[in-house]
Amino acid sequence: MSDSAVHIAELRKVFDVPEREAGLKAATKSLVRRRKKEVRAVDGISFDIAHGEIVGFLGPNGAGKTTTLKMLSGLLYVSSGEARVLGHVPSKRERDFLRRISLVMGNRNQLQWDLPALDSFELNRSIYRIPRADFLRTRDELVELLEVGDLVRTPVRQLSLGERMKVEIVGSLLHQPQVLFLDEPTIGLDVTMQKRIREFVAQYRQRHGATVMLTSHYMADVQALCERVIVIHHGRLLFDGNLAALSNTVAAWKTIAVALENGAGDLSSYGEVIHRDGDLVTLRVPKADTARVTARLLAEQAVLDLNVEDPPIEDVIELVFAQEAHE
Amino acid sequence: MSSVPLAQVGRARSFVDFYLTTMRTAVQQQFQYRAATYMYLIGMVTEPVIYLVVWTTIAEDSGGSVGGLTPGELAAYYIVWTFVRTMNIVFTPYGWEGRIREGELSGQLLRPLHPIHYDIAWFAGGKIPWVLFYLPIAVMLTLVFRPTFDVRPLEVVVFAVAIWGAYLIRTFNQSALGLVTFWTTRVGALFSLYIVLELLFSGRLVPLTLMPDWVQAVAWFLPFQWTFYFPIQTLVGQYTNAELLGGLALQAFWTAVGIGLFSLVWRYAIRRYTAVGN
Repeated sequence: MSDSAVHIAELRKVFDVPEREAGLKAATKSLVRRRKKEVRAVDGISFDIAHGEIVGFLGPNGAGKTTTLKMLSGLLYVSSGEARVLGHVPSKRERDFLRRISLVMGNRNQLQWDLPALDSFELNRSIYRIPRADFLRTRDELVELLEVGDLVRTPVRQLSLGERMKVEIVGSLLHQPQVLFLDEPTIGLDVTMQKRIREFVAQYRQRHGATVMLTSHYMADVQALCERVIVIHHGRLLFDGNLAALSNTVAAWKTIAVALENGAGDLSSYGEVIHRDGDLVTLRVPKADTARVTARLLAEQAVLDLNVEDPPIEDVIELVFAQEAHE
Repeated sequence: MSSVPLAQVGRARSFVDFYLTTMRTAVQQQFQYRAATYMYLIGMVTEPVIYLVVWTTIAEDSGGSVGGLTPGELAAYYIVWTFVRTMNIVFTPYGWEGRIREGELSGQLLRPLHPIHYDIAWFAGGKIPWVLFYLPIAVMLTLVFRPTFDVRPLEVVVFAVAIWGAYLIRTFNQSALGLVTFWTTRVGALFSLYIVLELLFSGRLVPLTLMPDWVQAVAWFLPFQWTFYFPIQTLVGQYTNAELLGGLALQAFWTAVGIGLFSLVWRYAIRRYTAVGN
């Protein structure tokens, strides 16, 4: 048995998906013979997550992220391989396991639609068998952290998307889960709300020592919260490691943004010009050449300002997927 | 540092707490939509009123009774029918179909309590406002149709238990049927068949004594009559004490069969859950 909070080995999930061509003829044919295709949503991935660790789980749409989270939270049975969370086999859905985890999905509503969230919280108290004093303390703490004092008294259907997400999060954390699966928790929210939720996740983890697995299409979420990222595509693991290492491994280049005093001439001899905006030119140069190119620019050009940066994480991730597609 | 799970309330106490909290929430929800609930209830009462008018007319045309039942007895049967119907409303297979197809079941599977408890508690709670809304309708029906009642105290006690027996039998049967959605994702056709069988063998359409002998014979081997005919007859019929208690025992038997069937189907069905939609 593993000491990790989350342990998966050679995890697979295969769905049988019915398929047919469009049109009446195909529909009639399907009455007699149904065609199915096998979709490998998750195809043999392995990793461990330590207690208290926060990990970004990245991949494009359909990569298998949500399927993995659903297997880890016990919603889906695995097709093969091993999954353990806090020592439990998730698909057994033991009470002690379910009391210690939470899956928050950005597009799902678990609260009573027509009632104020406070009523749903009360229901969760009874479901999770939380002593009233603990419940009130945790509820008030979460309400304060997420600043939803007035919102919890309004029927859920009258809340905006961002407000609803915040009260959803309160409802999902009342039982103080030790492992938190967050699937796109900031989807569709404005930047202020995204930032608030990010801060909250960090605070919750710090306070409770919780293990967090986060999927998000917003790289700001990942950069703000996760040192480690796991990247999957087509159900297979592409990268597992430090976020900075991902950049070093995949993108062997840096960008140099340079502002020149006398207007921008032809800088193509220094590197690939990827952007030009008046006097400001952005160059892409091989990592190994960065220092040399910078020194040359400073020596040979009238430089007003110069910035050397790692490539944006969005570009790095895109590159990972592009490389995988070519293999 | 690893977080320490919260202390837990004792299991039996928390179970009662869960049922009461869920029932309270259901009452709040029904009151939120009181107009809609009332309209639904009035719509539901239409069914027995049609039966009542038809059979009363037939009885009067046949010299004062049909199958030995007078218009007053028929009125009593259908007025109690409306109460039993109000009490045996359950989460339907259509509900299960939506819940599974849309992935709403996911939220419930994440909770450390089987979803069936939620359904039982929720619909039990819903009955409180329904019965409150039903009472004026019952008074009105009584004034219009003049039912004849001859009720003993034991019959009232057995009736009070039997309506919950009927509720549980219907809950487990319809939930087991709803789980078929895991294989077909369209359970409506099967449910229609179930309703036809229920209409025929439960006493929902007409008192079973008015049905052909073969229907009455077959009904003994099916659960349906214990969800309508038996609870109604505990107040309206002339059961002996042994028949009353025997009826409750058979309700307990069919509840156990329903639980067994539901549990068996659940064990295989849940492996097929794809949690689509959510």
